[in-house]
Amino acid sequence: MSDAFAFNETYRARAETIVARYPEGRQQSAVIPLLDLAQRQAGGWLPTEALEHVASYLDMPKIRVLEVASFYSMFNLEPVGKNFVQLCRTTPCWLRGSDDLRAVAKDVTGCGLGETSDDGTFTVVEVECLGACCNAPMVQINDEYYEDLTADSFKAVLEALKRGETPKPGSQAGRAGSEPTGDRATLTGAGEGE
Amino acid sequence: MPTVTVDGVEIEVPAGVTALQACEMAGVEIPRFCYHERLSVAGNCRMCLVEVSPGPPKPAASCALPVADGMEIKTDTEMVKKARNGVMEFLLINHPLDCPICDQGGECDLQDQAMAYGRDGSRFEEHKRAVKDKHMGPLVKTIMTRCIHCTRCVRFATEIAGVPELGLLGRGEHAEITTYLEKSLDSELSANVIDLCPVGALTSKPYAFVSRPWELSKTESIDVLDAVGAAIRVDARQTEVLRVLPRLNEDVNEEWLGDKSRYACDALSRQRLDRPYVRRDGKLAEASWDEAFAAIAEKMKGLDGSRIAAIAGDLCDAESMFSLKGLMDSVGSPNLDCRQDGAKLPTGTRAGYLMNTTIAGLETADAVLLVGTNPRWEAPLVNTRLRKAWLQGGAAIAAVGPQIDLTYPCDNLGAGPDTLKAIADGSHPFAETLKGAERPVVIVGMGALAREDGDAVLASARALADNCNVVRDGWNGFNVLHTAAARVGGLDLGFVPGEGGCDVAGIVSGAAAGDIELVYLLGADEIDTSGLGDAFVVYQGHHGDAGAHRADVILPGAAYTEKNGTYVNTEGRVQLGRQAVQPPGDAREDWSIIRALSGVLGAKLDYVTLGDVRAALSAANPVFDQVDQVQPASWDAFGAAGEMDAAPFESPVANYYMTDPISRASETMAECTREFVSGNGERTGTDG
Amino acid sequence: MLQDKDRIFQNLYGQDDWGLEGAKRRGIWDNTKALIERGRETLVNEMKESGLRGRGGAGFPTGVKWSFMPPEDRRDGRPHYLVVNADESEPGTCKDREILRYDPHTLVEGCLVAGFAMGANAAYIYVRGEFYSEASHLQQAIDEAYEAGLIGPNACNSGWDFDVYLHRGAGAYICGEETALLESLEGKKGQPRLKPPFPAACGLYGCPTTVNNVETIAVAPTILRRGPSWFAGFGRENNTGTKIFSISGHVNNPCNVEEEMSIPLKELIEKHAGGVRGGWDNLQAVIPGGSSTPCLSKNICDNVLMDFDSLREHSTGLGTAAVIVIDKSADMVEAIARLSHFYRHESCGQCTPCREGMGWVYRVMQRMVTGDAEIEEIDMLWEVTKQIEGHTICALADGGVWPVQGLIRHFRPELERRILERKTGGAPAQAAE
Repeated sequence: MSDAFAFNETYRARAETIVARYPEGRQQSAVIPLLDLAQRQAGGWLPTEALEHVASYLDMPKIRVLEVASFYSMFNLEPVGKNFVQLCRTTPCWLRGSDDLRAVAKDVTGCGLGETSDDGTFTVVEVECLGACCNAPMVQINDEYYEDLTADSFKAVLEALKRGETPKPGSQAGRAGSEPTGDRATLTGAGEGE
Repeated sequence: MPTVTVDGVEIEVPAGVTALQACEMAGVEIPRFCYHERLSVAGNCRMCLVEVSPGPPKPAASCALPVADGMEIKTDTEMVKKARNGVMEFLLINHPLDCPICDQGGECDLQDQAMAYGRDGSRFEEHKRAVKDKHMGPLVKTIMTRCIHCTRCVRFATEIAGVPELGLLGRGEHAEITTYLEKSLDSELSANVIDLCPVGALTSKPYAFVSRPWELSKTESIDVLDAVGAAIRVDARQTEVLRVLPRLNEDVNEEWLGDKSRYACDALSRQRLDRPYVRRDGKLAEASWDEAFAAIAEKMKGLDGSRIAAIAGDLCDAESMFSLKGLMDSVGSPNLDCRQDGAKLPTGTRAGYLMNTTIAGLETADAVLLVGTNPRWEAPLVNTRLRKAWLQGGAAIAAVGPQIDLTYPCDNLGAGPDTLKAIADGSHPFAETLKGAERPVVIVGMGALAREDGDAVLASARALADNCNVVRDGWNGFNVLHTAAARVGGLDLGFVPGEGGCDVAGIVSGAAAGDIELVYLLGADEIDTSGLGDAFVVYQGHHGDAGAHRADVILPGAAYTEKNGTYVNTEGRVQLGRQAVQPPGDAREDWSIIRALSGVLGAKLDYVTLGDVRAALSAANPVFDQVDQVQPASWDAFGAAGEMDAAPFESPVANYYMTDPISRASETMAECTREFVSGNGERTGTDG
Repeated sequence: MLQDKDRIFQNLYGQDDWGLEGAKRRGIWDNTKALIERGRETLVNEMKESGLRGRGGAGFPTGVKWSFMPPEDRRDGRPHYLVVNADESEPGTCKDREILRYDPHTLVEGCLVAGFAMGANAAYIYVRGEFYSEASHLQQAIDEAYEAGLIGPNACNSGWDFDVYLHRGAGAYICGEETALLESLEGKKGQPRLKPPFPAACGLYGCPTTVNNVETIAVAPTILRRGPSWFAGFGRENNTGTKIFSISGHVNNPCNVEEEMSIPLKELIEKHAGGVRGGWDNLQAVIPGGSSTPCLSKNICDNVLMDFDSLREHSTGLGTAAVIVIDKSADMVEAIARLSHFYRHESCGQCTPCREGMGWVYRVMQRMVTGDAEIEEIDMLWEVTKQIEGHTICALADGGVWPVQGLIRHFRPELERRILERKTGGAPAQAAE
């Protein structure tokens, strides 16, 4: 087991809970969730030591763990900034102005795509569809979705982050979810159902 | 048995075969890149597409499609042709056009198939992909831009070699094959990925830019660098052996070859004894054959046979050993031995020194006990069979002896004779495992027998085999794993002490004491040559190794690629090695050297041709008549019960890459030793 | 139009409590035991009768799929698994997300009922990794259900033991393919498996497994409770039931909405999404069922019905019923080129035609955006897409080339115009990226 990285107590407990979800001898199933834990503990990316810790924790060959880590887009094999800004670039977001958000991101953070700000506050990347198309354009920052963005509202979000604040995630246009704006034709009751 | 139709021809095929196999049985060739008989099915290259009905109206990958009764397979339709042409086009769009400088050129599957399915020009107007080369070690050269992602290498490393160090990283068009952090592929079988690679992505590093396949003469022969006797093809240009490749032999090596057997061949043109030498004033001086023979004759004149001895080394062909034995007989010497490591192998009962289960038989074992052996280093191709027994049949494998990573789980039960005895007398639980197994196997290595108490250890192993019912009707699970290609042949032809004669230990101590005055070393370099006292040493062999350094007369012989010779492998299979090139300089085929010497000594052997030697050999022991065969040996008595020393068993092979005069002279093997044995295995591509 | 009382997802917009209490108020977990007591065979038959077709895109009849699981008298000792595909990643599609975060108990209850109907004692719900808060809601729902005895040993006092586990992915569209999902769930790269064997014979951990979409499983309890004929009463024959539609792109009010199957596309857009931006006549094209389905030109959109058969007649598909609306202001070629970029990015790299072909298609598409191409290349592009389609292990590549085929089918004049304009010295349009 690598000396340089090991799960802390909290994460070790979580890792145990996760491994217990899978049948005896199938602990390899936990590799994605455990890499996620390791990435969280290591500050948003997976150093080699963290990969190797997960490999030995799950008794897997290191190359198999690296294969997984390199296959899934949420694993970062290079360091990223404190706020990992992922701009959705796929058609539904693009149709609703995602290109404008790229310019805003550059403006506020100074980062072009794939760049990390000098102070390590931001990394900006473009990603493919994040599955919130009815709230396009949208951006994921760390675990949170910021939706229904305009250039102005996105700027406000980034500036709040820059100030160290935590802007409220979700729709920036005041929607609760993906209901149509304004008067809607469905689910108009008090939510009692039948 | 289901009946299928292949291109209109009905054929009955065994249940469970794939459409691809059915096509092959019908004599219809199916192009493929990822599919390989010995690897799991990946189905990713999509080259083997065929049309199948009933089924969806699209082509199916024949490698992954089990046949069903009544299935109609078409390989010659427009749909199939278009599909294959399409796949070929995709394979080529990002494949470089560097065939003229590619070492795979002339023996490249992609090149060949492109002739059949490729277009005459490219429609791909974009930039081709470039991929960074990866470090994989001293043997495997990579040009990864050529890779077509078939994953054969990954599957070989994971499944056959049992070293899960290769992988396909990333995804999509950015997917790349690499070892973990570009470490060297730590396997004795690593270079097999070169043969498996259907393109020039993985090629031979030592052979890089050396030759083109059509320039080579190809000779089918037998490997002698361990006791497996793998089938090889020796590729040579004029007088030089340029490479050694495996040949197919299902019973022995399947189609694999160990890295040493493949790559020690550079030593065949290094440190060679290419002319006779005679020691004059303490120094070895070049001499003619006549002078060398005269020096020997001079020494032997009037010498009683009992003061003469001969030791045969590990790489000797049976013909030369038989000739030397004939010479020793005629000069009246009973002091001869082919067990230069001092292994206490029985001289009479063949079942006591053979791998009775046979190499191929091992993979059916369901319980295996290793005694004093490291098969991974002593015989990598035996180890692959054991791995298969575990992988496919879930065999329970345990060891008494060194604790090593064998590439499969192996329960280390203990270090030495105490544990062996406990299993033999039934007090150790593994005895029950063996008894309860359907096909139990015990493998005794030289680490258990090449010791003072080897006789007693052998007897104990024999008792274990008897008590645990390892030998039963139709199954002999008792095995001796040899490390020397010459050993079984030597025992079969009786290159062992005669009546009152000395064995290796006796010869060495006799020489030290002055009782033995002439020692004839036939390629014997593994004995303690410094302990031969003042004896007159004749060394006949091909490399300037330990024996030659101690010699008073050197007779230059032929290496295994330079002579026709008979070898008997660890399972008792008689095989013929064939001459690929001429011996260098004045060196000669070994049996003929001995015959010529016999004339000078006035003890002339009555063979004129190799055929005569072989006839005499067969007359002496009919097993030599059964070329390529394994004769079951009868389970007669062997071993001599006695006290055993408690000292642990150690494998005789401390470094897989250097075990004999050839591999010790190899630069490539020296490089491998530095990389894998001396502890530099962590090296990565950055400094490679 | 579907009435609110017939909507299965009563909390689609999160207007009510999504926890257990709220869920129970909405009728979820109402005597689930009684459903289970009907027995496996009845449940499967009722699902068949309802006509429900899988909501993940392929539209395979759900009851039939469940019936592939070995029945009780042919079990061989291996456990059975239900695996729920919540790896919602098809561009345009964001319906399962609403179920996960605002109505998770419909899914948890569905797991129990569906799991029982296929003889499974455990369900794994594979949620796309980016859905972090959605996964948290689902986990909370699972925890609540365990605590209330609704799942776990003797779930709902039915005598059936049932576990539900959440498993988060880590970003790979391909894991929405069922066998890639199983690989991923086993801790490997998400590379689709060769079929046969199919999951019902050899799925998760080599055991009989059924993989169903979130919506498919979440609607099951209500269908069974209200009866298959209730569900089958909506939509056209072979296209029955209610369905969540995701309407995105150039509409005034993008939204998810549960509607009756076979609703006219125009009605769907106008009634629920506030109409096309700038009016119906400003419509350029619609991608009707998620990014994989070929686009439709406006004249087809005028009358087409939103169901499997109707869309198939127009060489496209219902897919996930994710309607991406594109008005005349948009660069249609780039809209599709962006999808080519997506599929190139998401190809797992296993099969040659997909690994090599998607990159080729994307690069040609990029040139089509600017017109930096030859007229003949349009036909070549078509051929290349046909060379990819149907030649791979899974359907990702098919879905990747269909949008391009749709573009060529309906917008060839636009492609030609750009090429000619470029040749005659027109300024290049903005390239993708």
